[in-house]
Amino acid sequence: MTETKQNASDLREGIMATLTKQQIGSVLAKQGILIAFAVFIIAFTIANPKFLSVDNVFSVVRSSAILGVMALGVTFVVISGNLDLSVGSMMSFSTIVVLDLHDKIGPFLAIPAMFGMTLCLGAFIGFLVGYLRLNSLIVTLGMLSAIHGLTLTYSGGQNMDIADKEGTWFSVFGQGTALGIPVPILIFAALAALLGIVLAKTAFGRKVYAVGGNGTAATFSGIKRARTVFTCYIISAACVATAGLIQASRSLGSQNTVGQGLELEVLAAVILGGASLLGGSGTIFKTVIGVLILGFIQNGLLLLGLQFYVQFIVTWVIIILAVWLDIAAKRGKLLSPIA
Amino acid sequence: MQPGALSKALKNGAIWGFIVLELIFFSVAGEYLSLSDKAFMDYDNMLLLLKQSAPIGIIAMGMTIVMVNGNIDLSVGATYAIAAIILLDSMTWPIFAGLGDWVIPVACLLALAVGTLLGALNGLIVWKTGVDAFIVTLGSMLGFRGIVFMFNGENPTSHLNWTLVDIAEAEFLGLATASWFLLAVTLVIWFVMTKTVHGRNAYAIGDNREAAVNAGIRVGPHMMINFAIIGFLAALSAVVFYSESGSVNPNDGQLYELWVITAVVLGGTKITGGAGSVMGTFGGVIAIQLLRKGLGHIGADTSTVNLVIGLILIAVLFLERQLNVKGKEELKV
Repeated sequence: MTETKQNASDLREGIMATLTKQQIGSVLAKQGILIAFAVFIIAFTIANPKFLSVDNVFSVVRSSAILGVMALGVTFVVISGNLDLSVGSMMSFSTIVVLDLHDKIGPFLAIPAMFGMTLCLGAFIGFLVGYLRLNSLIVTLGMLSAIHGLTLTYSGGQNMDIADKEGTWFSVFGQGTALGIPVPILIFAALAALLGIVLAKTAFGRKVYAVGGNGTAATFSGIKRARTVFTCYIISAACVATAGLIQASRSLGSQNTVGQGLELEVLAAVILGGASLLGGSGTIFKTVIGVLILGFIQNGLLLLGLQFYVQFIVTWVIIILAVWLDIAAKRGKLLSPIA
Repeated sequence: MQPGALSKALKNGAIWGFIVLELIFFSVAGEYLSLSDKAFMDYDNMLLLLKQSAPIGIIAMGMTIVMVNGNIDLSVGATYAIAAIILLDSMTWPIFAGLGDWVIPVACLLALAVGTLLGALNGLIVWKTGVDAFIVTLGSMLGFRGIVFMFNGENPTSHLNWTLVDIAEAEFLGLATASWFLLAVTLVIWFVMTKTVHGRNAYAIGDNREAAVNAGIRVGPHMMINFAIIGFLAALSAVVFYSESGSVNPNDGQLYELWVITAVVLGGTKITGGAGSVMGTFGGVIAIQLLRKGLGHIGADTSTVNLVIGLILIAVLFLERQLNVKGKEELKV
């Protein structure tokens, strides 16, 4: 009698042990990026107490805001199963356009005009990828080059500068503060909240996940795949235009190549946040964490007195580790089963 | 004629047809628009074109294997810069001081070895972790660029070795050294892809990885070898180019990955793997260089080149898909 009881309790303990192991595994897999983020913050704060001061946090988030706003839009595109490599040159385009129009037609008209032009570019990409179903990697690669050409043609290769830098209210988006918080942070937070709700709580958000998870199944259940993908690119373009507005307003002058290379940093942030490039997974909240991780690592390493290039190498290691551990937790094995 | 044969012939010949079109267009337009009185199809001009295609072309051959394999490598530009810095920097290292001009082969071999190792490292990560090659090489693109900055910060690294410059500027049978390297690499990779087991395996894995695994192909090591090859070729490209120029900026090679991928896709390689040819890539490389040179010839500036290449890439993708669709249903957009 006691023996069976003993056995049963052994068995139960065994089950408990495996359960907790599994639970730990799944918690790590789901929240790994948050845990890593917390570890980083604690480590950097111990190394340099200034790291977590309000001033420093504000300065990090403010400088990440441009990247972050772009990453919000790209999150939609990535979840829908596509890529957007054109956001960097599109950002240069909107920055140059709004700066140029500022002096020509005034900021009140310049901002909507710039948004309109950028949305047209987004609509063109959305048409090609959504309705014509062309490979998004190649389309946006082509658009990266084409939009860069467009920007150069528009500006004639010249840097753009606002004539009257002191007298314009245009600088409010990049340099102003409201309620003691820098405006770029407010814009980033508001957009993140808005798009987070759109993605998580609306029918459109669910369609984005469905299209990215299994496009064929989504089509058969009556979701208009093309329209959903198209809208994702429109959202991405709107985010890029906002990022261009912040950039233009912050510097009030710009080179043609201001956004060059940002597309890959944006993608790195989205991937760090745990969105799969195959589509169907990722959240706005996690993308924000991904953006903050990149920003805080950059800042933390500089505060430690390390050279700027160390952050490149650290980012490399973190991206691969993050995705690797994510995949490993899903397949239950650390190493790939490929022969 | 078998069904599908026409579209196949169209696809294989398309890039060469495009090159001919470019030649005609720029020759005719050049008559009216060009400021120079030389014809576009000038013999020397075409030789120069071949030489200028070499840096992108050599890397594109490696990218063809990797993309046929179903992977992609975004880190080639950074590998190119690292190899260039190793080549120029190592010639001034004190340990090699006693070698005299024998430092040249040592430095070249060192640069090539580093490129191969970095490529193999990418391949090893793809193999062992199972993370998509796009993400792995996106990460190493950043990481390798960080390593580039470790050498000299943001300052350029310069070292001119006149013997090396003489070799790089030499001409043999009318072709520059760089052109010979491009042709040799094209030939070797063409041989590997069409005549060897390794080449056939590359197509098999890209077409259907699971079937390839079931057929007993060791997919992991195979992919690692391909990444090592593209790393080697990126380093070779740097060796060929920087022997002559003798100075490297830490930002050199940026966006090379995009140019290379554009050339490979223009040449008809499928982004999803399993299809593509080395000769097509060669055509793609020449077509891009022709476009850059031709637009320069008729007085357009770089902005137009970027615009045109981007739009052509999208147009090619559209046409290729239209030629690829099997049923008539899908032809309707």
